Amino acid sequence: MEKEKEFYPVGALDEFLVQIGRVVEAGGRQIAVFRLSDGRVFAALNKNPHPKGGPLAEGIVSGHYLYDPLYDWKIDLTTGLVQAPDTGRAEMVPVKVEDGQVWIAAGALQPQ
Amino acid sequence: MGTDREKLVVIGNGMAGISTVEQILKLTKKFDITVFGSEPHPNYNRIMLSYVLEGSKTIDDIVLNDLNWYRENGITLHTGTTVAKIDEQAKEVVTVDGMRVPYDKVLIATGSNSFILPIPGSDKEGVVGFRDIADCNQMLEAAKTCRKAAVIGGGLLGLEAAKGLVQLGMDVTVIHLMEDLMERQLDHQAASMLKAELERQGIKFKMGAQTTELLGDTRVSGLRFADGTELAAEFVVMAVGIKPNVAVAKESGIEVNRGIVVNDYLQTSMDGVYSVGECTEHRGVCYGLVAPLFEQGMVLAKHISGVETAPYEGSVVSTKLKISGVDVFSTGEFIDGPEHTVIANKDDWKRTYKKILLKDGVMVGAVLFGDITDSAELQKLIKQRTVMTDELYDSLMGTGCCGGGGKKTTSVETMPDEEIVCGCNGVTKGTIVDVITNQGLTTVDEIKACTGATRSCGGCKPVVEQILQYVLGDGFKETAKQGICSCTTLSRDEIVAEIKEKGLHTTKEVMNVLGWSQPEGCSKCRPAINYYLGMLYPDTHEDEKESRFVNERMSANIQKDGTYTVVPRMYGGVTTPEELKRIADVSVKYDVKVVKVTGGQRLDLIGVKKEDLPKVWEELDMPSGYAYAKSLRTVKTCVGSQFCRFGTQDSMGMGATLERKFERLDFPAKFKLAVNGCPRNCAESCTKDIGIVGNDGGWEIFVGGNGGIKARLADSLCKVKTDDELIEIVGAVMQYYRETGNYLERTSEWVERIGLDAIKAAVVDDPENRKALMERIEFALKQVEDPWKKMLREGEQSGKLFNRLEVSNQL
Repeated sequence: MEKEKEFYPVGALDEFLVQIGRVVEAGGRQIAVFRLSDGRVFAALNKNPHPKGGPLAEGIVSGHYLYDPLYDWKIDLTTGLVQAPDTGRAEMVPVKVEDGQVWIAAGALQPQ
Repeated sequence: MGTDREKLVVIGNGMAGISTVEQILKLTKKFDITVFGSEPHPNYNRIMLSYVLEGSKTIDDIVLNDLNWYRENGITLHTGTTVAKIDEQAKEVVTVDGMRVPYDKVLIATGSNSFILPIPGSDKEGVVGFRDIADCNQMLEAAKTCRKAAVIGGGLLGLEAAKGLVQLGMDVTVIHLMEDLMERQLDHQAASMLKAELERQGIKFKMGAQTTELLGDTRVSGLRFADGTELAAEFVVMAVGIKPNVAVAKESGIEVNRGIVVNDYLQTSMDGVYSVGECTEHRGVCYGLVAPLFEQGMVLAKHISGVETAPYEGSVVSTKLKISGVDVFSTGEFIDGPEHTVIANKDDWKRTYKKILLKDGVMVGAVLFGDITDSAELQKLIKQRTVMTDELYDSLMGTGCCGGGGKKTTSVETMPDEEIVCGCNGVTKGTIVDVITNQGLTTVDEIKACTGATRSCGGCKPVVEQILQYVLGDGFKETAKQGICSCTTLSRDEIVAEIKEKGLHTTKEVMNVLGWSQPEGCSKCRPAINYYLGMLYPDTHEDEKESRFVNERMSANIQKDGTYTVVPRMYGGVTTPEELKRIADVSVKYDVKVVKVTGGQRLDLIGVKKEDLPKVWEELDMPSGYAYAKSLRTVKTCVGSQFCRFGTQDSMGMGATLERKFERLDFPAKFKLAVNGCPRNCAESCTKDIGIVGNDGGWEIFVGGNGGIKARLADSLCKVKTDDELIEIVGAVMQYYRETGNYLERTSEWVERIGLDAIKAAVVDDPENRKALMERIEFALKQVEDPWKKMLREGEQSGKLFNRLEVSNQL
């Protein structure tokens, strides 16, 4: 029960286009949500792991990989890990799909 | 905490010092490491400076270890800090500023400096060496204001510098003391072939000339030679050689000859102090190339970390010139003397040359020109002092008539695991074999991504290929071919043919049917396939937004902070007061950060928020300028005959006509036009994909110009008399490029690949074909629509693209 409560609905699944990221904003934080072609949904802080920063949401999604929109780094959405030869990690956020809704961990939506 | 760790101080933040540190870190964590560097940069790849000068790489591209790397490895880095000496009594390293850092071990890797000729005037402004980023920047600066440059020294560095300056548009003369270029690396034959090739590429030479004085007041204006002749030059590069930088060692009382004297374990005469790289002298030899530095670094790293190692016994050096289109290689002893047996083969038709020298039947040196595919194998054989056999001879000199089958399996098999294959990044054979066997890699690209091998100069690619071949055995052949990206082995032409033949209609279908290794492709192939599909089926292909790069998906250019720029069309660079008013109003209302006049004669609204984009477009009420797209960008025009007293043709009118006619169509890459009213060429036709120059009786059309990374002057395609002919030729060239260009290939590369003659044959000489091309482009043009209007029309769908979801704050 407690566990259920930790997620918060952020929008209907069809608000999210397949393979095109969308930003969810709450408490001044931006979360990039990615809906894969196989139905899975992943979410990350909308913060590029590249030292120069920038957004993530607009990258090209392929399978469970994301090619970031600014520097073309390849990021594994299941772990957040940047793929070789680059290194780093995007900060992933717990997310789930239930009842046609996308739910994000409430902790991630709160201002830090 | 750190106090119980041994303190290692590295003097010199260059390739030698840092690659040694990298080797040490692989072996042990026992050191607390501090690095001092005189330059203000982190460690960068000095060998790649030629590419920065040439324009094919930026300084960021050549950084080997960024500041994060130092942080992550707990290394204290002092850039812009020069060390004065080592205080052996106090066991401290002392900087010029008086900072003192205690040490247990010191590594001196101070490299070398340009040798500046001690002649009058060598201290004038405009005289530089070619060693570091600062020199490189000075050369880039000089190219903006100066025309004539002289490079003193016809060695490796001098020639690379000269080629870079020519590439930057300067008139360059190389002055060389000897009669042969690169006489320390090449024999007379190869040197004269090299000179002929470089002359073809636009470099001038003055051979056998000794510079005695640099002329000018504060700034250099010319050179005087020993024979009394003079040469004008506003900029002089000294590339006569390097001298080991031994200042710290000398000041500290360490034994110094030409370089810092080291033994076979790279130890100097001072206890606990080591030295590697160009500043050292080992068994009487100072090396000025990269490979020995890695070999030394490896021995030292093992020794200092307490791992058993064979001593360093010197290196056989080899040379490769990094000038595109000029392949030269030499290794070992290459000047033939009476003691040598010479095997040579010179081919004036293919302009290649190969020479191998034997001493008592043993291979001791080689020179290659033009075709250097055997370089890796030769280097190997010579290093191992292999005895020449009939079999080897056949394999190397290619006497077999049908290109003999199973050759080239020899050398990598016997190569020891710790031997360095990639000199730029210090990658050993063992590392490469490991990633092939343990991670299942099957292509050179994957090996590059994983280990960094071949990433820099690419000279080791043949060896990496051979190792791959050796490890994979029969599995190699099927995977060896390089496709358009790492997802496929198919080339562009094969993919396009398959799409047509099998009637494939979506990127997903293409990737499925053609066996992509990553089922949904990558950021390279997805946009490419989407383009090819659109080009082949202009009326039925449904553009895949998710396969477009962000800028094309959003119809705006993303900036590093995630905001966008908006560039509306101004046909032919002409606008109206009403449009300007709207632009001003919108810019104020949406808090645009900067309004910039672009190089393409239009206005760029920079810093628009993503969610504001649709509103900005709506209120501007102007067509999209496609500044974000691989499509027709700008048509630059001069004033022309409407107003200009020199104008012979209506360039503004023609520019706007062409822009209206051909806008919105997808191309393999961005596409720029210019239209000029007279040969004064004020709108700079020579650097556009298609440049048009009006004259009294018609127009002249130029193709393949580029002012970007690789500048290229456009080639004259043809002259036409009427406006209709002009439009038809322009349309036919565009369509021919759309149908044959590789995705992301600009016309400057396309013209060189396809050949100007082939383009002439297709669009100028063959009226039937021209008409057919024109019909196809007209058909494609019927399908396009302004993307901003389209997105506004599709309101809801676009909302999902542009608007973020706000979650109320009552969590």
